[in-house]
Amino acid sequence: MTATVEEKTEGKVGAVPTFTVTIRVARYNPEADTEPHFEDYQVTAHATDRVLDALHQIKWEQDGSLSFRRSCAHGVCGSDAMRINGKNRLACKTLIKDVNPDKPITVEAIKGLPLEKDLIVDMEPFFDAYREVMPFLVTTGNEPTRERIQSQKDRDRFDDTTKCILCAACTTSCPVFWNDGQYFGPAAIVNAHRFIFDSRDEGGSQRLEILNDKEGVWRCRTTFNCTDACPRGIQVTQAIQEVKRALLTSRF
Amino acid sequence: MSTTTNYHAGPDAVSAKTSRYRRVSKGRGNFELWSWVFMRASGVLLLVLVFGHLFVNLMLGEGIHGVDFAFVAGKWASPFWQTWDMLMLWLAELHGFNGVRTIINDYTEKDRTRWILKGLLVASALLVLVLGTLVIFTFDPCLDPSSTLSVCTAR
Repeated sequence: MTATVEEKTEGKVGAVPTFTVTIRVARYNPEADTEPHFEDYQVTAHATDRVLDALHQIKWEQDGSLSFRRSCAHGVCGSDAMRINGKNRLACKTLIKDVNPDKPITVEAIKGLPLEKDLIVDMEPFFDAYREVMPFLVTTGNEPTRERIQSQKDRDRFDDTTKCILCAACTTSCPVFWNDGQYFGPAAIVNAHRFIFDSRDEGGSQRLEILNDKEGVWRCRTTFNCTDACPRGIQVTQAIQEVKRALLTSRF
Repeated sequence: MSTTTNYHAGPDAVSAKTSRYRRVSKGRGNFELWSWVFMRASGVLLLVLVFGHLFVNLMLGEGIHGVDFAFVAGKWASPFWQTWDMLMLWLAELHGFNGVRTIINDYTEKDRTRWILKGLLVASALLVLVLGTLVIFTFDPCLDPSSTLSVCTAR
């Protein structure tokens, strides 16, 4: 790996082949533009490079005004979700060679949230919905002096939905959310699911009532866009359906 | 669980009073739950009712050639078929109504458009339901005294 990095800095063709790829970025400057427009950038990339590396190259070497979010750059913080070739992905987890570098690769901001600049959107509506489902442990009675014991089986029940990194790739791939900013969205439901099905939690029925809202789980059309988009491989649609089922079984 | 958040965003962001993201919904209650259940239940029932209807009308007896004014009058003389057809009418109309209501909710962006379309939808559904129910229970093939239908001249 070190060898690759050295070769890259020297600009030589080494064991990892380099190629030129066009990155077509949706640019939007709120002070000058009325709507976003595409701009093409030529980037020299290695087969091991991710889309994020290409964006770095553009920002650091070609056009410093390009704005995008990224923090850890390793698929954990969930900052750099964007629409790459029309699909929501994390730029730090998408290799350029995997998104057909023969054609220009389009990079846009995620859809459905207010665009602020270039690839940056206002995430507050997303977090507002997240806050509303009470994404924290709710308990009653005295706190135990030690850990809250849970069997492996009980832990496995909600394991899938603990993986969420709140990148908003799912919520902003949802056609219902695109048109209706009030819909809770997959991410909020996933994070409610994480506590509803946690045997240690006692706020499940409250969360179910919140998601019984007219903007709650019943707006889901099971288009599976969220499941396709999730960079963590969470079965998002399944989680939403499980919340629906829990709501139904609480009634019948 | 509303929390006050300090927003530092542009004019079209959540802080704006008219923002479509400003969380206003307090739409609690079970309406959407029941409408979801109704869609599934009525769908299953309609499968039985509609295919039963098609089988009885088109396959049994003379098949499609036997369907005329008198055939319909004969069927609606029986409370069984009156109930069957009324159930079919109401379930199909409400099933369709609910489906279109969902589509309107999903696709309209402005409140105004939404209410206009829903108004038209409610009006059309009411018209079909009232008119349909009326016909099922008051159908009289010999309403016209000069009718030449066999079922009327035989009387």
